Parts: sequence; structure tokens; C-alpha cells
Amino acid sequence: MIPLYVQSVGLLGPGLPDWRTGRDILCGERPYQYEAPPQPNPDILSANERRRGAKSVRWAVAVAQEAVAASGLQAADIATVFTSSSGDGETLHCICEALAAPGREVSPTRFHNSVHNAAAGYWSIAAGSRRPSVSLCGYDASFAIGLLEAAVQASVERTPVLLVAYDLPYPQPLHSVRTISEPLAVALLLAPEPGANALACWQIAPAQRAARTALPAGLAGTYASNPVAQCLPLLAALAGGTQERVRIDYLDDRQLVVEPVPWS
Amino acid sequence: MLGALRVVAPHLKPIFINRWSAVNPLGRGRAATFAALSEGSSGLRLNDFESGEPKTWIGRVEGLEREPVVARLAEFDCRNNRLAQLGLVQDGFEQAVARTKVRYGAHRIAVLVGTSTSGIHETERAYRGRDPETGAFVVPPRYRHSHNVFSTADFVRSYLELQGPAAAISTACSSSAKVFASAHRLMEAGLADAVVVGGVDSLCLTTLYGFASLELLSREPCRPCDAARNGISIGEAAGYALLERAGAGDGGVALLGYGESADAYHMSSPHPEGEGAYLAMSAALQRAGMAPADVDYINLHGTATPANDRAEDTAVHRIFGASVSCSSTKGWTGHTLGAAGITEAIISGLCLEQGFIPGSLQTRVLDPGLKSRIALAPERRTLRRVLSNSFGFGGNNCSLLFGQPA
Repeated sequence: MIPLYVQSVGLLGPGLPDWRTGRDILCGERPYQYEAPPQPNPDILSANERRRGAKSVRWAVAVAQEAVAASGLQAADIATVFTSSSGDGETLHCICEALAAPGREVSPTRFHNSVHNAAAGYWSIAAGSRRPSVSLCGYDASFAIGLLEAAVQASVERTPVLLVAYDLPYPQPLHSVRTISEPLAVALLLAPEPGANALACWQIAPAQRAARTALPAGLAGTYASNPVAQCLPLLAALAGGTQERVRIDYLDDRQLVVEPVPWS
Repeated sequence: MLGALRVVAPHLKPIFINRWSAVNPLGRGRAATFAALSEGSSGLRLNDFESGEPKTWIGRVEGLEREPVVARLAEFDCRNNRLAQLGLVQDGFEQAVARTKVRYGAHRIAVLVGTSTSGIHETERAYRGRDPETGAFVVPPRYRHSHNVFSTADFVRSYLELQGPAAAISTACSSSAKVFASAHRLMEAGLADAVVVGGVDSLCLTTLYGFASLELLSREPCRPCDAARNGISIGEAAGYALLERAGAGDGGVALLGYGESADAYHMSSPHPEGEGAYLAMSAALQRAGMAPADVDYINLHGTATPANDRAEDTAVHRIFGASVSCSSTKGWTGHTLGAAGITEAIISGLCLEQGFIPGSLQTRVLDPGLKSRIALAPERRTLRRVLSNSFGFGGNNCSLLFGQPA
């Protein structure tokens, strides 16, 4: 696979309101401080779509919008890879609750929000993008699976690809069987050619398991239970401009190795 | 008309399908599927899943209740993974994968499985049995091994003991068509020598009541392209294809092109002019380096909702005029949702091998507003190339072109 250029980033989580702040925290210029989870309301969504879309849609679209705005590219021209372990947990909870009640009345809006590609659908409408879009799941490996698909797509199709990864806590009782303590969403715009403000160049490859790169110390306590947190060692490398190789967990027996490549 | 397309896709090196396997409401295995297609016998029946509500027709796979998954993977046991396993043991599929594994090594074979609802049926049951006081689960669902969307891809990879890249693709009803596109890219990027692609979706209340809430569920066997069509019949199915760069040498079927697009229009209604469908079909032709006249049959998405069939017809007619025979096979299998892409890819492969175009079963009076050449009766003739369409909620579209490589 060819090396890929990281063109821009979007980031959202408690105490991580955007990539600019996240970058300062990750490179040690300011301390991380936990804050109550933000309530994103991205203005790229029309009022109607904002009303109809579930919470995870607003999180995913918010980071997508941030990354695209910083990329110098048009939203309509970008293929997308969305990845999430959970999709929208609240929507699935409400549907299962309705199906357990007499009458079994499922809300039609909830049902169309229940598809795993709901966030991608809302994004494509908001962005006016008819470019290819795929939605993936890989349980705890969801971030790595999305990163690999986005990288392979950018490399083979020779096109910029926006990766959007997001996972939010489930409501009870699903929280008791899948504990994600805090929400986190990230977007990375990967391109086969360097744009004007490219942040890094990465060579990405699957490999056998070895010691993985640790989550950034100040953030591990808050985010370790969220599958999207696998992005944090990569973001720390981006923030610090380091040339160190990063290993993140992929499937049971595999990891992804991300090797920064010098470019001029 | 294709000149208007902005994105020029690189031509595809053909990818051979060296083994297929199928289980669906028509029966177990490809032979049973083809027998039903050629005899014109539908796999649809009056809904008898759980309570038999809502009143609709379904395509059900017999015997899942009595056939648990193998003991070594017992934690994965649920309706969706039982269906996944039933697919793996048809048509010599697992044996073909075992031989391929000897050739390339387990870490060089990837697994990509499409599903829309995975094992959510287990979670539905767990919600019915909650403690009425606290709302807590009494019998918790096995989240990782049944509920999670990755569960079935994980099950397939574990069952076949493969170690290559893997993912669950979940783009609603285009899920198991898009696995072919991702498989091509993995091989092209050098990350796999072979890919097991597939789709598995099983009956559950979420989709039955969900489609009912959108008033998209037919009260009779679905009637694609019919003037009086009134919605879908939901089916369940599993299917797989073993993809490799090299053919098995028996003149088998290959993937010649794929096209992916988004509608950017509405979450649960297709673009009225089928703009996304048009882009997906055009891209599939372009990747294959083919013209519309090179296609001999189109297996339509053809769900039998008024909006889908109208929009798809507009897009098909815009590219192919009325010169290419088209039909929907949803009247046989029902709409198998996340398994529809693979099920209809398998049917497309059978049509190529057997020189057969199925008529549109259950269609009585063709909608006079449709302009494409929709086959109502079966045709027997040599087919060189077949296009298969799959479109999903969220406006997610994928078209696949199959045939013998030139």
C-alpha cells in the first residue's frame, strides 16, 4: 500500500472540544481536564435532519465537518468510511423496548436511524456527497478496521477518504453488557497526495501482535473503555510531530503498525 | 451518456469466484436455489415467525431452530450465526476455503461479511425477559458474540480459522454487495491473496416491525414492478463467495466491475430519479471497461416498494434503454436485506452458468409507467455478463458486474 497523507483531523469528547485543543493537550502544552460530554449540534445538518438524527449522528457529523473544514477540500468530493462498534445505542434500546411492550409500536424515524450506516446517510445528505460510502464494525477493533479500509481505499482508488469513528455509551440495560464509559469521535482525512497543509505521511500495515503503543497517560482513565480511543496514540504522534512507529490493536491476533514517513 | 461521469475509475483486473455457497428460502445450496428459480416456485410463506405478527409474507430458512453452531464456537450461538454456519457447510465451501488456506496461509485470506441486524434477535428476547422492577436483564444477551454487528464476521473467521484482515460491512441492504468492492481493494493493496466475502441476515422483529412502521411491508407475496405493488416481503439468507486473482481454470465466473455511490437525498426513500443508482451502475461499467450493450441481464434490486422500483427503472432506462432484460428475484427469496447483495450475486452467477434469465415472479400486471425491459417470463440463452443492483437505507448503492473475463 502506498503511504498516505493525513490532511486534517476532527475530534470530540469530554474535555476534547476540537482537534486544536486536543492537539495542545496531546503534545503537553495544556493539561487534560475532564468536562461533561459536549452536546454537538453541527450546522452542516439542516434543521430537519438535526431534529430527526440520533445523538451518535450529531457526534459523527460534528467531527466529519471539522476535518473537512480544515482540509481545503469540498465535502461533496470526498468518499467516506464510517466505523463504530455500537452504531446508535439509544435507538436500538428504544426499538427493543418498544418490541417488548404490548402493541410493539416502533417509530419509523427510529427504525431508519437504527441502521448502522445512519450517520453516513445523514452526512452524505448534509455534505451533498454522492461519493462511495461504507460503514463498518469490528467490535473493539472498529477504529483499526476503519483506518485500514480508509487507507486501502485512498491508496487503491487514488482518492481522498474521510474516516469517521465514533462510539457513545449505551443506556441501561445494554450498558451492563457493553460498558463504554465516555463518548469519543474522531475524523481523519487521508489522501494519496499531500495537500497544502498535510499533517503527516503514514505507512499503514497489519502485523503480528506485539506490545501496543500505550494510550496517552492523561486520557487513558477517561477513554480506555471506548473502542475509538485506539486513535489517541496516533493523534499524540501527530500532535507531537514525532517519527515514532505506533502500534494499535486490530483483530485478536493482529495489530496495525503506523509508520510515519518523512516527506518534503 | 457515461461521458458525463466525473470520476474516472481505474479498470479492474478480473477477480475469480472459485466457489459460491448459498442458503436461502429456496433451500440449501446452489442447486436448490437454481431448481426453484427454473421451476418458478417461490420461497415465500405467510409469516409464521414467532407470534406470526405482523401479517405479511416472509422468506424463512427451515430448521435453524434445531441446528446450533458447533460446540467449539458455542458462545456465538444465535439465529444469525446458525444461518451463517448453515451457509458455510453448503456447496463444499468450507472444504474449498481449507484448500485455499493450504495454498496461501491463513493470514493471507480475508473475511468480509455484510449484515444489517446481526444477532439483535437475541437482544429483543432479552428485553422481553427483563426484570419488571429494575429493567435489568434476567438473561443478558451475549453482546460480543451475538448482538454486535461484527459478531457474524468474527464467527465466520473463527469457524474457517482464518487470520487475514476482516470486517463487518453494514450499509443496510447494500451490505453484502459492497463486500466485493472492499475485497478487490484488499487484494489490490496486497493485503490478501484470497477473500471470503458473504452476507448473513436473519429474521427478527426489528426489521419486521420497522418496515411495517414505514408502511413498506406487503400483506401478500411482494410483487416487484407490478402496477399494484405494495411493499416488500422480508427474507433471511446466508451466502458466500471465495474470491481469488487466479481462476480455477474451469471457465468460472469473475467479478468484472463494481460501482458504489450515495444518493445524498433521504434516509429511507431513494432519490426519485435514481441518481445514486445511475452513478453506481455507470461506475461498474466503467471499471469493467464495458459499454451498456455488453450487459445481457440485470438482476434488479426490485424490492416491490412503489418508490424503489420506479427510481431504479428510471436509472436503468437512462443507461440501458429498453434493450437489456431485467428482473427482480425478490418474489422468490423475499428481501434478504444485508444478505440481498450476496444472494443476488449468487443468482447472477447461476444465470451466467446456466444461460438463464428468471422472470419477475409474483408480477401480474407490469407497471405501465416503467420503461425498462422487464422480463415476466423466463428466458434461456447464453449470457456473457450480468449486472446486479443493491440499494440500501441511507441512500447507499452498489452495483456489481459479473461475467467471463474477455
